[in-house]
Amino acid sequence: MSDRMIEVADLRISFSSAEVVKGVAFEVARGETFGIVGESGSGKSTVLRAMSGLNESWDGRILFNGEAVPKRRSREFFRKVQMVFQDPFGSLHPRQTIDRILSEILLVNRIGEIDRRINKALSDVALPQTARFRYPHQLSGGQRQRVAIARALIAEPKVLLLDEPTSALDVSVQAEVLNLLADLREEHGLTYVMVSHNLAVISHLCARVGVMQNGLMVEQTSVEDLRAGNVSHPHTQELRRLSVELEDVPAEPSSVSQAKPGA
Amino acid sequence: MLVDIQNLRIAFTSRGKRFEAVRGISLTLGREKLGIVGESGSGKSLTARALMKLLPKTAQVSADTLRYDDVDVLKASERQMRRIRGGRVGFVLQDPKYSLNPVKTIGSQIDEAWREHKRGSARQAKQATLDLLDQVLIRDPKKVYASYPHEVSGGMGQRAMIAMALAPNPELLIADEPTSALDATVQAEILRLINDLVEKRGMGLILISHDLPLVSHFCDRVCVMYSGQIMEEMAASDLMNARHPYTRGLLNCMPSLMHPRDRLPVLAREDIWLEETAR
Ligand SMILES: Nc1ncnc2c1ncn2[C@@H]1O[C@H](COP(=O)(O)OP(=O)(O)OP(=O)(O)O)[C@@H](O)[C@H]1O
Ligand SMILES: Nc1ncnc2c1ncn2[C@@H]1O[C@H](COP(=O)(O)OP(=O)(O)OP(=O)(O)O)[C@@H](O)[C@H]1O
Ligand SMILES: [Mg+2]
Ligand SMILES: [Mg+2]
Repeated sequence: MSDRMIEVADLRISFSSAEVVKGVAFEVARGETFGIVGESGSGKSTVLRAMSGLNESWDGRILFNGEAVPKRRSREFFRKVQMVFQDPFGSLHPRQTIDRILSEILLVNRIGEIDRRINKALSDVALPQTARFRYPHQLSGGQRQRVAIARALIAEPKVLLLDEPTSALDVSVQAEVLNLLADLREEHGLTYVMVSHNLAVISHLCARVGVMQNGLMVEQTSVEDLRAGNVSHPHTQELRRLSVELEDVPAEPSSVSQAKPGA
Repeated sequence: MLVDIQNLRIAFTSRGKRFEAVRGISLTLGREKLGIVGESGSGKSLTARALMKLLPKTAQVSADTLRYDDVDVLKASERQMRRIRGGRVGFVLQDPKYSLNPVKTIGSQIDEAWREHKRGSARQAKQATLDLLDQVLIRDPKKVYASYPHEVSGGMGQRAMIAMALAPNPELLIADEPTSALDATVQAEILRLINDLVEKRGMGLILISHDLPLVSHFCDRVCVMYSGQIMEEMAASDLMNARHPYTRGLLNCMPSLMHPRDRLPVLAREDIWLEETAR
């Protein structure tokens, strides 16, 4: 067992001759959470897809648990390393009910107690049982995202690759999902790589952060340094400045809100 | 008044049981920036879709009033609505990539939206599209123009949708989570662009978002939704001082970069918030 759960070295990915990931490297210890932030279109999702085994054309080295993985992964790999996609709509089969989507991954991996596990997975992500027999298009955006998270968790993976897992959730459900992820990490020593545009979300769950711009990881920093402003790359500084600005709450109420009855 | 909605109700029947997803929503909009925030599944997207008559056939809709400007949406024909959508009203849907046509290039789709309204030549349309892509901060507009939706990133797809919605110079922009996939620098720029259109051209905006600080900074007014109803409505700048316990609970759940906490508080949802207040 290596205490380095994930190692990515000199990762390069091209689409029809255009290189969009230009030599990215980072390491994640077992039980740690590594955050990736950065410019839209900079290659964050592309890095996660190569790690997850979904995209087989990349160069460089990807190691899980000290072992370099081949381009084509085993079934066992796909159970241990799960990904939550940025576009939940696109990753859920449109003609399958939520029940079918969740049971399929259990069947494929020969995991029993299907009924109990599905019920638990749904309640873990705060979805009502009524969602179980609906189709993806009959759910709201945030409900679909929660199905995607439930599907990633249900087969008890070791590593989760999370691409904007909470961006479609209201902050109350987001809090529940972030607490759940923290609990699972604590109880089962899960390792996460999480992409998000929200520095508050990243700093809550991650110890270290990589910042991407235009295919490169331009800076890696601890969350403490990010918080304190001890960061050197202009893109990191700009992202931090905008995030701090938004958190700045106007102190004085300018007028009184009209709460409706029931308040 | 651009939009007048009174007592909107939307229900679905599934397995013999009727479920009311929107329960008596009333709201009006002028040439202003209205934010809608609230619980996931509370009916925000359905409300926006109802206004554009884009609900699934299985939805049962009723309202005392559902007007867009001079159009009675409940009575309007599909032809009438098609002229409004993608013309007088721009609509950025929540799942941008799945609202784009997967077999057409992004450029050709924005061209079409532009020509719907402007009736220019193909060359003029292409130039206008490239300008729009540039305005939404796409690094390489020519490349994205020729790309198919699956070839661009989440945030690039979102920006393509915004460009498409803005192409015909709409009077109203309905944007459902338009910036959730954008980094803070691009988001700031897009909001500046939208703000310009509101201020210079008097465009109206309905912005649906889970980002409370963003709505509070950017919008004029905000409605907070919970379980199919509007819980409270206030000046957006007062959002951080809201009084309804649901809204207070939401504000309390937010993680923060500058003020870290070990564990996030979770919201204790109260039954009284479910009671119907519209009737
Ligand atoms: N299948 C593909 N074919 C061609 N180009 C692609 C493909 N997938 C991604 N790209 C390009 O690779 C670059 C990186 O995309 P990626 O989705 O990794 O960005 P991202 O950092 O996740 O952005 P966002 O924050 O907007 O989701 C973009 O320029 C995109 O257009
Ligand atoms: N076609 C449908 N059939 C049945 N129920 C539906 C359908 N579409 C939506 N719903 C339900 O209606 C409710 C409101 O959905 P809506 O999409 O408006 O939520 P929302 O407020 O936009 O949530 P989110 O923030 O998660 O996007 C949800 O409970 C959803 O499951
Ligand atoms: Mg992405
Ligand atoms: Mg929605």
